[in-house]
Amino acid sequence: MTNSPTKTTISSGGATSAMRVIVPLQGVVQGRGGLFLGSVIPCALFYFWQLYLKRNRNRSRPSNNNNDESGSSGSTHLPQVSSGSGLQRVHSRILLSPKGSSGQSQVSVRANSVISKQIDSSPCFVGLNKASQDPYDEFSNPDGVIQLGLDENKLSLDLVQEWLAENVSRWMMAEDLSISGIATYQPFDGLLELKVAVAGFMSQAVDNSVSFSPAQMVLTGGAIPALEILSFCLADPGNAFLVPSPYYPDLDRDVKWRTGVEIIPVPCRSADNFSLSIDALDRAFSQAKKRGLKVRGVIISNPWNPVGNMFSRETLYNLLDFATEKNIHVISNEILAGSSYGGEEFVSIAEIIDSEDFDRNRVHIVYGLSKDLSLPGFRVGAIYTCNENVLAVAKKLTRFSSISVPTQHLLIQMLSDAKFVQQFIKKNRERLRRMYSLFVSGLKQLGIECTKSSGGFYCWADMSRLIRSYNEKGEIELWDNLLNVAKINATPGSSCHCVEPGWFRLCFTTLSEKDISTVMRRIQKVLETRKSLS
Amino acid sequence: MGFESAKNNSILSKLATNEEHGENSPYFDGWKAYDNNPFHPLKNPNGVIQMGLAENQLCFDLIEEWIKKNPKASICSTEGIKSFKAIANFQDYHGLPEFRRAIAKFMEKTRGGRVTFDPDRVVMAGGATGANETIIFCLANPGDAFLVPSPYYPAFNRDLRWRTGVELIPIHCESSNNFQITPKAVKEAYDNAQKANIKVKGLILTNPSNPLGTTLDEDTLKSLLNFTNQHNIHLVCDEIYAATVFDTPQFVSIAEVLNDNETNYCNKDLVHIVYSLSKDMGLPGFRIGIVYSFNDAVVNCARKMSSFGLISTQTQHFLAAMLSDEKFVANYLAESAKRLAKRHKHFTNGLLEVGIKCLKSNAGLFCWMDLRPLLRESTFESEMSLWRVIINEVKLNVSPGSSFDCQEPGFFRVCFANMDDETVDIALSRIRRFVGVKRSGDESNAAEKKQQWKKNNLRLSFSKRMYDESVLSPLSSPIPHSPQVR
Repeated sequence: MTNSPTKTTISSGGATSAMRVIVPLQGVVQGRGGLFLGSVIPCALFYFWQLYLKRNRNRSRPSNNNNDESGSSGSTHLPQVSSGSGLQRVHSRILLSPKGSSGQSQVSVRANSVISKQIDSSPCFVGLNKASQDPYDEFSNPDGVIQLGLDENKLSLDLVQEWLAENVSRWMMAEDLSISGIATYQPFDGLLELKVAVAGFMSQAVDNSVSFSPAQMVLTGGAIPALEILSFCLADPGNAFLVPSPYYPDLDRDVKWRTGVEIIPVPCRSADNFSLSIDALDRAFSQAKKRGLKVRGVIISNPWNPVGNMFSRETLYNLLDFATEKNIHVISNEILAGSSYGGEEFVSIAEIIDSEDFDRNRVHIVYGLSKDLSLPGFRVGAIYTCNENVLAVAKKLTRFSSISVPTQHLLIQMLSDAKFVQQFIKKNRERLRRMYSLFVSGLKQLGIECTKSSGGFYCWADMSRLIRSYNEKGEIELWDNLLNVAKINATPGSSCHCVEPGWFRLCFTTLSEKDISTVMRRIQKVLETRKSLS
Repeated sequence: MGFESAKNNSILSKLATNEEHGENSPYFDGWKAYDNNPFHPLKNPNGVIQMGLAENQLCFDLIEEWIKKNPKASICSTEGIKSFKAIANFQDYHGLPEFRRAIAKFMEKTRGGRVTFDPDRVVMAGGATGANETIIFCLANPGDAFLVPSPYYPAFNRDLRWRTGVELIPIHCESSNNFQITPKAVKEAYDNAQKANIKVKGLILTNPSNPLGTTLDEDTLKSLLNFTNQHNIHLVCDEIYAATVFDTPQFVSIAEVLNDNETNYCNKDLVHIVYSLSKDMGLPGFRIGIVYSFNDAVVNCARKMSSFGLISTQTQHFLAAMLSDEKFVANYLAESAKRLAKRHKHFTNGLLEVGIKCLKSNAGLFCWMDLRPLLRESTFESEMSLWRVIINEVKLNVSPGSSFDCQEPGFFRVCFANMDDETVDIALSRIRRFVGVKRSGDESNAAEKKQQWKKNNLRLSFSKRMYDESVLSPLSSPIPHSPQVR
């Protein structure tokens, strides 16, 4: 009665609530005690609140950046820096730096997120490391880790080696390639002859349903820089791309690391056989808009990594309609086009824009020889687009990532051999098909079902019934079991941003047929152990 | 068409539509002139001679010889093919261990064995271009700045700034003291940045210098190291011309300075080296870029980013073999220095004969010509018009000092190591003729010189493939065509 609860003359924000605390307390603790407690408690609370804010502010600002406004707005979207490693504020005033101060404190925000514990402790990284430190070998290390997490194809390398053996001496003599033709500066976006050869290979890979033109191509040092270059060309820092999930883990690196561009996953579900619904795309687009994120395009991989299925003609049409309506780009990563083996037909997005009246300027294809020709070491990628402006800029950007000239000459010879290319694609497909069916039936016998894959080097396995709790934690626990007990490195669905727990990507193209039974035996052991323990 | 391109532009990024690639600058007019009319001793003797490209073609014969004697190094040979499978499939961004060891060893050799390099700190990048960009991505945020002694390599404006969003602040050097970097100039550039509220993250320099061709002495390096250490900013040393040193003073690498007891207190985490084989070994087509950092976090980050510019394993395998051949490397380095010295002497003497002085240099594939006496007035407009005359009438593509951010008009960089002896003589005679005409204005004098030049022309040797490969093809320019050139 004496103290009005509306007395709010004190300026600080905590004061209004403070008064409300004082008044009831005065009632509870009679006399001055209540007044005293009622004043001290809110003040104490307020003090601790300010201390907490100050501590958090220090932790979340890793470096003293004067130019936060002009800095990339994309930097606010980068994952927060882990504070565990003793970050120090960097001042640009005169300061004697102590010897041996943490190296991490002086690098850029971009660098800090790249080297953060988030990436180093991710299942992908950990698994790859473990497999490379203790690699399985049938004879010399039969208890080693079997690598099922690296999507590369060793099934048909012998065919390439055979070609080399047959042709190398003939070629070396005939060409008489002088050192200056190999060693000197050449166009950064690739020799014209190689563009012609790669365009020819791409056309073969899609069974000549499309005739790719070398004039619409820019060659890069692998598909990784190709994707990064497109991200730089099509989006500003802080913008975003929609990507149907699950998607392959490395896409995060290619699109986001240095560009400041975000990825918005568009979840696809097993109930729909992991097909892309345009409604889901639309919803994701609207949600992004509400959050103030400008969407610049959609990125798909076709054949779909990690699911292994193909985008149907109808889905591609709908996707292009959607992109036209929203005035955004479509990037189609078709790096596995030549590695399709299943019943489903592979349709390149190039075929759709050829036949229909879509705006070709918004469609861009990424390709490379790492998968279809099993030559990841040679670093050959390509951007294929009809958009002249994108071509012109991409060309300039290839100066940062160009194909080594001797490698270009080798591949010109190889890919110009049309007979070899035809045979290779055909045999490779047969081998992929065989390995896929053996592997999937092996899993089926263990009670593990996979989605029906038609292309790629892996199967997408449903182990949701085997995880202890239906969430990411349960999935990681199974992954850990598989890695450390069964000694198999598989890629968990969470690394692929899959919304349904329990899915795993298993690559079978680095195995021999004999290894498959070893893999199944090991998985079975883990399953039995888990059954007996549960 | 115009409407269409406007429509397209509206859905491209700002980076794609801004001018930060720098290719619309007048600097590239020289390249365009060369591309449209490239010199060839037989097929186009009146064409433009390319003297704007810093490429080292003097020792190709040594490499060719080594390749013939060591077929195993190439997987494209019957001897080497056994390694094919492992090489073609290897995509670990750590790179082949033998490649890293060979690079580390080569870096030691080019520094006279005075310092050792750790192979685990050798990180790959897409050429020196990629290496420079990667190090900036690792060290600076968009909006931050790096100090750079000027005159500096023009492509820094694109390579260090375009995708990184980082700014460059020149440290002006003057002809009065032979363009040396003074502590005063460094401090001035730094203070100006502070006043403008720009955060300076580091200092990047090229040593040996491009375009000056000079090396920094130990004291200058120490004082720069002290400065960066004091201000807690990074020091990036682009040492890609390390093995092109052909004369005293001896090259001093920042790695040697770090090793010194006097600089023991300096924070090694702030020091980084960029290296490449494009200049030292004349192999720009191989795209070998190396980031070498004393900072573990930077090595970690750059290595992960190297996925954007990995070196082809075929190339790694080849170089691992070649650079491990100690005898070959020792011979190559000695011979290359000898030939560069000879070429440099011949060229600078030829210029001196007509009264053109060059900055005294002991390294690089070029010299820094002083054409101030030939300027009508001491202005950049005058420099540009002189340059256009040199390109269009004298038919030499040289690079004007203003494109290197030189503050004094009249300086030009001219490259001399990307051609054979005969072409050098032709270039010299053209210069002689031009200077003679300019100086005396005497027509008969010019006619006489013209006859002399014609005579020289007849003594040309027959075509070498070198010309056919890199000269005749219109796509041979290393600078991608600007959209205006078609």
